[in-house]
Amino acid sequence: MEHEKKYGMVIDLDKCTGCGACMVACMAENNVPFKEDESNKLDSITWMRVYKLTNGKAFPEADICYIPRPCMHCEADHGHSPCVSVCPVTATDYSLRTGIVSQIYSRCIGCRYCMVACPYHARYFNWWDPVWPSDMEKYLSPDVSPRMRGVVEKCSFCFHRYQLAMDKAYLEKRRVLKENEYQTACAQACPADAITFGDLNNPEHTVQQLVRPDRKHGGRTKNPRAFRLLERLGTNPKIYYLSSREWIRRAGDNYLKKENKTLSGRST
Amino acid sequence: MNINRRSFLSFVIGGAAGTTLSPLPWKMQDDSAIWSQNWPWIPVPKIGEVNYTHSTCTLCPGHCGITVRKIDDRAVKIEGMKGHPVNDGGICILGLSGLQLLYGPSRVKTPLRREGKRGEGKWKKISWDAAISEIAYRLADLRSKGQSHTLGFISGSEQGTITALSERFMTAYGSRNFLQTPSMDDSYAMVLNLMQGVDALAGFDFEHTDFVLSFGSGIIEGWGSPVRMFRANSRWRTTGGKVVQIEPRLSNTAAKSDKWIPINPGTEADLAFGLAHVIIKQSLYDKDFIDNYSSGFDHWKKRMLDEYRPDKVAKTTGIDNSTIISLARNFARSSRPLAICGRGQGKMPGSSGEFMAVHALNALVGSINRKGGVWAVSRPGYIDWPVVKIDKAAAKGLQQRRVDGAGDKKYPQSRSLLNRFFKMIHSKEISPIQALLVSDANPLYTLPDSKVIKEVFDKIPFVASFSSFMDETAANADLILPNHIYLERYEDVPGVTGLQKPIVGLSRPAVKPQFNTKHVGDVIIGLAKQLGKGTADAFAWENYENCLEQTMGKMWKTLIEAGFWTDPNFKAPKWDEILGSPSGKFAFLNNNTPTDYQYRPVKLEGEPASFPLTLIPYDSMRLANGFIGDPPFVIKTVEDTVLKKKDSFVEINPKTARAYSLSEGNYATLTTPKGSARVRIHMFDGIMPGTVAIPSGLGHTAYDKFLSGKGVNVNELIGSVEDPVSGLNAVWGIRAKLNKT
Repeated sequence: MEHEKKYGMVIDLDKCTGCGACMVACMAENNVPFKEDESNKLDSITWMRVYKLTNGKAFPEADICYIPRPCMHCEADHGHSPCVSVCPVTATDYSLRTGIVSQIYSRCIGCRYCMVACPYHARYFNWWDPVWPSDMEKYLSPDVSPRMRGVVEKCSFCFHRYQLAMDKAYLEKRRVLKENEYQTACAQACPADAITFGDLNNPEHTVQQLVRPDRKHGGRTKNPRAFRLLERLGTNPKIYYLSSREWIRRAGDNYLKKENKTLSGRST
Repeated sequence: MNINRRSFLSFVIGGAAGTTLSPLPWKMQDDSAIWSQNWPWIPVPKIGEVNYTHSTCTLCPGHCGITVRKIDDRAVKIEGMKGHPVNDGGICILGLSGLQLLYGPSRVKTPLRREGKRGEGKWKKISWDAAISEIAYRLADLRSKGQSHTLGFISGSEQGTITALSERFMTAYGSRNFLQTPSMDDSYAMVLNLMQGVDALAGFDFEHTDFVLSFGSGIIEGWGSPVRMFRANSRWRTTGGKVVQIEPRLSNTAAKSDKWIPINPGTEADLAFGLAHVIIKQSLYDKDFIDNYSSGFDHWKKRMLDEYRPDKVAKTTGIDNSTIISLARNFARSSRPLAICGRGQGKMPGSSGEFMAVHALNALVGSINRKGGVWAVSRPGYIDWPVVKIDKAAAKGLQQRRVDGAGDKKYPQSRSLLNRFFKMIHSKEISPIQALLVSDANPLYTLPDSKVIKEVFDKIPFVASFSSFMDETAANADLILPNHIYLERYEDVPGVTGLQKPIVGLSRPAVKPQFNTKHVGDVIIGLAKQLGKGTADAFAWENYENCLEQTMGKMWKTLIEAGFWTDPNFKAPKWDEILGSPSGKFAFLNNNTPTDYQYRPVKLEGEPASFPLTLIPYDSMRLANGFIGDPPFVIKTVEDTVLKKKDSFVEINPKTARAYSLSEGNYATLTTPKGSARVRIHMFDGIMPGTVAIPSGLGHTAYDKFLSGKGVNVNELIGSVEDPVSGLNAVWGIRAKLNKT
């Protein structure tokens, strides 16, 4: 019997340089299209998007931090991710086997309920058909099908890489993947080694050791440096962030001024 | 027929029954369902055999190892090469986008001859024979008139066989006007030359330092070899290494550093001297190094103690007295401190005085040629070709001075001064350069004072570009002879900027040439052969590949197998080994420059009365600002507070903005003594009041629709200032004003 995996990611914001390599690694891996003008970020498709946070203080106390945001692959309770619950055609689903929230483009009817439901703006709608200029269609990867106008797309944790790795493992009569056999394109490319990816259920994987997730409480972290985005919504994201700066950890959720601790801070 | 109730009902009921029973609506519904799920215009990428090519990326001097993933003969992804000594699997944003350059619309697909006016964009496709014959004809004509010295060549890099072939061609042809795109490497080489008496490049042992004092160097903005620097920075986060960043703007490096110390722009050298003062006064310097391996210390020490008291430096730099003292102590007391400079990505050279000041700090704490310090790295020496036999025509041309004056009395240590080259041509009525060849460089875009550069181009009767892309320089050339891009060609890639160890990478074809392009090495060899015996004799090789294989000798096998070569016998230098100055010592005050040489800050153009603000450019990993422009993926990642539609944003402190009644998103005119541009306002608390910043890498007029016409090119707004020691451009900003529009 295959053990239940729960793939997740840890992003060390102390190391992240905001260079954007993860964004492009993702676009190049997943045949993400581009338009002449991409400065309207509402319709600019970026499965992985790096946001810039500021601490709101004046010079010279000002501080900034970058925060890469892929799909959080929310687990919620019983696997009811916000987007999965609302999809009328089961175009998106939560896999209990891998913990990955899928997106099936040919099933999607473009109603965009999932985009409304997603608290992380991780989903993007194809307002136009993709167009690759001149010879650029040559670089498209056959592992990921290009999407068409009218469907929603999002980060898949490079699921095709999981499939390829599993195929290989099956051929070698294995059922368990080694940590380095399945890595997302962003984690592989990150020049700062800020992104760690692996199985949160597997104590041999670095992500598990970094996060020490509390399985009884939706995977809440036991690492005081770690936090998740909008922790209190109960979506139980599988993307964890590490930061040594308090203001950054607090920026991860909406805290009242009088609350002087973050959720992860309290759990220590 | 009259319609009554009965006939109406039977028509409606009959019609409904007929429609229900007819297959037509069901068929149509089915068809529309199928149609709505069929998108024949959406490409279906072909499957095929997966294979990989290991190569070296040459999009920047970082020279990472790359692995190109292919499906049959299509390249589908570029990834970082695992186990490569520079980047070990990591890769930067530009390197990842290489395939968009390979297959992109800005490629020059065949040799082109200008049809209309320069820069008009009207071209005629010509054959390679015609293109090479045309250049050969032009050059033969100049040579026969005894004008061979009026040929100029601008190359993007300083090393490797392509550069060597180009330089060799120039020698055999009879011109000394061979130039390279300048960078901070030139300024560092100058410092090593003046203070250590060696002809070497600067390498930095970031892997072992525990305290980095950075004078504006964008450690995570693309300074040095970007991926290597990112890795080093991440390692410091886990090992406890400290980074102190000194610059007027909260850059990404400043934000990630352990301490950001804002400084009045342009006073970095003063701070370095102030730190030296404290280190000397508190006897925190490395006595062993100073006593045994340095000269001129007493004289220098006196100057530091007399002129750079911390309270005085505090006034100049705007940094607290106490901060200066504690920084000096922390720096000197670390076990392996390292001070670095070269602003932003270090794409521009800088003030020699400033570079020497920072290097002197390293010497004070003994961080020269030791673990965790600055190392003098010898230039690779594998190119060992027979000396060119100079014929009569060439000999005559080689007697003429270089146009840029490098190596002459005024700038004896300099090798190439590109800014001065253009300035000299600009100052002459008739251009001393009659023909110009440009390879892997885009001076029309990358050099400051673009307007002057453009005027110079208009003066030069013949310009040919070897660019693979329709960049600004190619667009303003008379002839384009497109080179293969790095993914289609063989090339040796020696050295990695800022790396302390010798390494040679190999670029090799991942795919066949996609268009009717030709390797620039082959073009040069072909050209030399066509020009007659005098030049042909210097090029005995059949073609470039043959030349490369012969030149690399024993290294070739390793290069082919591993993709790179490192020296197995390499040992870290020691203090006494690489100090090549006559005294064998590190010179605090050197005798090669006038002895009374004293640091003077670079004076910015513009009077504060009419230009109350200081404009500085800033660099970002998401904006390629060298001879390669941003591919579509990279420009897509640029934030909407940097570029919105076609508008660039200028960063300004909210306090300054209020003084000019400007608020977020306003349009304004940014004016400098060099020109003006329409910009939008972005309020940023991380920038010093009175200073404004715009990114470099925008404002292209060439390339494709994804890049062209977006934003402002900072080089059109800033000028150049000649450094008194090196002659290199030392400018880092300009005075400016903002008017709301």
